[in-house]
Amino acid sequence: MNDKKKLLLGDEAIAQAGIDAGISGFYGYPGTPSTEIMEYVQRDSVAKERGIHSLWSANEKTAAEAALGMSYAGKRTMSTMKHVGLNVAMDSFVNSGITGANGGIIVTVADDPSMHSSQDEQDSRILGDFTMIPMLEPSSQQEAYDMVFHGFELSEKYKTPIMLRLTTRLAHSRAGIAQRPILAENEGSLPEDKRQFVLLPGIARKRYKMLIESQKLFLEESEKSPFNSYTDGADKSLGIIACGLAYNYLMENFQDGGCPYPVVKLTQYPAPTGMIKKLVENTEKVLVLEEGMPMIERSLRGMLDRDVKVLGRMSGELPRDGELNPMLVRKSLNMDVVLGADIPETVVKGRPPAFCMGCGHIDAYNGINQVIKDQYGDGHVFGDIGCYTLAALPPFESINSCVDMGASITMAKGAADAGLFPAVGIIGDSTFTHSGMTGLLDAVSENTNMVIFILDNSTTGMTGGQDSKAFGKVQQLVAGLGVDPDHIRTIIALKKNHEEFVKIIQEEVDYNGVSVIIPTRECVQTMMRRNKSKLKK
Amino acid sequence: MKLDIILAGVGGQGILSIAKVIGDAALEAGLYLKQSEVHGMSQRGGDVQSHLRISDKEIYSDLIPHGTADLILSVEPMEALRYLPYLSPKGYIVTNTKPYNNIVNYPEVEAIFAEIKKQPRHLMLDADAMAHELKNPRGMNMVMTGAASKYMDLDYALIEKSIKAIFGRKGEAVVASNLATLKAGRDFADAQ
Repeated sequence: MNDKKKLLLGDEAIAQAGIDAGISGFYGYPGTPSTEIMEYVQRDSVAKERGIHSLWSANEKTAAEAALGMSYAGKRTMSTMKHVGLNVAMDSFVNSGITGANGGIIVTVADDPSMHSSQDEQDSRILGDFTMIPMLEPSSQQEAYDMVFHGFELSEKYKTPIMLRLTTRLAHSRAGIAQRPILAENEGSLPEDKRQFVLLPGIARKRYKMLIESQKLFLEESEKSPFNSYTDGADKSLGIIACGLAYNYLMENFQDGGCPYPVVKLTQYPAPTGMIKKLVENTEKVLVLEEGMPMIERSLRGMLDRDVKVLGRMSGELPRDGELNPMLVRKSLNMDVVLGADIPETVVKGRPPAFCMGCGHIDAYNGINQVIKDQYGDGHVFGDIGCYTLAALPPFESINSCVDMGASITMAKGAADAGLFPAVGIIGDSTFTHSGMTGLLDAVSENTNMVIFILDNSTTGMTGGQDSKAFGKVQQLVAGLGVDPDHIRTIIALKKNHEEFVKIIQEEVDYNGVSVIIPTRECVQTMMRRNKSKLKK
Repeated sequence: MKLDIILAGVGGQGILSIAKVIGDAALEAGLYLKQSEVHGMSQRGGDVQSHLRISDKEIYSDLIPHGTADLILSVEPMEALRYLPYLSPKGYIVTNTKPYNNIVNYPEVEAIFAEIKKQPRHLMLDADAMAHELKNPRGMNMVMTGAASKYMDLDYALIEKSIKAIFGRKGEAVVASNLATLKAGRDFADAQ
């Protein structure tokens, strides 16, 4: 039954597949739900022995570029990120479609429909489509594993990057994985055409035409892919296109005897138009099941939405937003749904995440609220992305924005330019090195009147305590960007330092220029883990 | 055979250690398994759940369909009620009675208990107190696993075996202590 299978998260299955498929380097920045890919490689003894690169990058852009460099040098590589991380890497990602690859390269992106731990639920398939590269979207952990091998084959055959797209439920769910024989790593080799990666207009135009030419080859691959299929059914009143994980939710509802309708299982893109044409021609209407945005549904409808009768997220058979589940798919098929009892709302209250007991951020916000919110009112504080975003919730209600990595500093700057006083930004140490430094440089070069707090907990906390690039050097980095050393103030974030902290904040609010205050104390979670591993040794 | 369990609790209470013990027992029995987990933001004191699916046939969905769970195993009473729409009309609720009160509007405990008691098949126990009594203050999860084991179509000896394997590295005393808490939970359930 499950002999010799290894129980792995979807993320871990991808990491294991990468190791088995001869990857020489993984690159990434932590982001839920993608983090566990890199963490698995970092723990793996075979990866260590082989010296496979698996250290964290400063952000997704540097990760994607380093991976592209490894591909240039002829080796297999993977970059990993969450969906919004792909936005950060977008410059490199889109252009890598045009440069193409040398060694096999897979860009693994984990989307978060329903926004369990994210600011939006954008669908990375749309960005892969925009970049015009083949994409793989596994429906199961085993497929995720197998697709890494298939992805490298495609990547090296057509010299193109491949996107591997998964979503939260697959990333964070375990299942048994059968492994394949291990492939050797590539020997290093330079691209045959030494100008392949030079996107000067004259070369880029040529490369872009080649990419356009490749589209029909990518489509042929999709039509014959082992991961796409057309399964006929007796009942032609409905045809179903099931993408990625949605395929499993569909099959869950037909445990006994299989699905009565014809089904296109779509897990390799570009969408196999031959299979879809056959489905449309043989059925009365088509239901599209997609985990994410209605990408296939929209293209099937076309602008005029009149040639094919399409059901899905846009017509209300499925919700327009949020992730799918077996029940929603069942409803869309007009099958009976038996729910359990209702939640007794009067006694089941929301339980939002909160700061850990003893967290240094609590001391930081107690000081910040006393000086900023209590004196100047609510509305002056631009937040960022990390555990400290939780201060938007009661009892603190300290921050007024959380948009994207690094936006605290730059939004505070824009607001200061507009005359807001005081203008305050709050960012963590890892987010600062991810995307905050360039914004601070903007402020320094104009000596903007603002106060920036860099909450230094010596780790990337929200995603589970990964190494922070800023470790031990926040002050140095800030000074290096040109902030006046008299206005770089460091303090240990502890209750006993509260009065001194409040005094420092007031002084820096009163100073007309860029101030950076660095409340410092190690994340309590990281500290506990560190002490535990010390004890073991 | 199929066994669909919703594990419920608060981030940090360690429901994944329960999933690990039951999951390993299922694998030992040669069964298929899928287990979805909550990682990320909610792990910081928010509500968390894990869908643990065990079957002798291949499993498709990582999520348990609504209205079909065989068991809700909750290490916190209010959290036991959050997943009622998933519970099958024939399903069981096994819940710890010790509240984890980290929100300002936590309801009256008696009102929560009254709602749990409205469900036809439920078992309530103060697993924290039982673990304390056995001088294993962190053994609450194993007490709960033991109590819930009564309602699982899994050999009890296999659950013991997975505890031995998981805690083996920490020495015999730790294994013995966890087996004792497991047994205390099971005995409590058997006595009902």
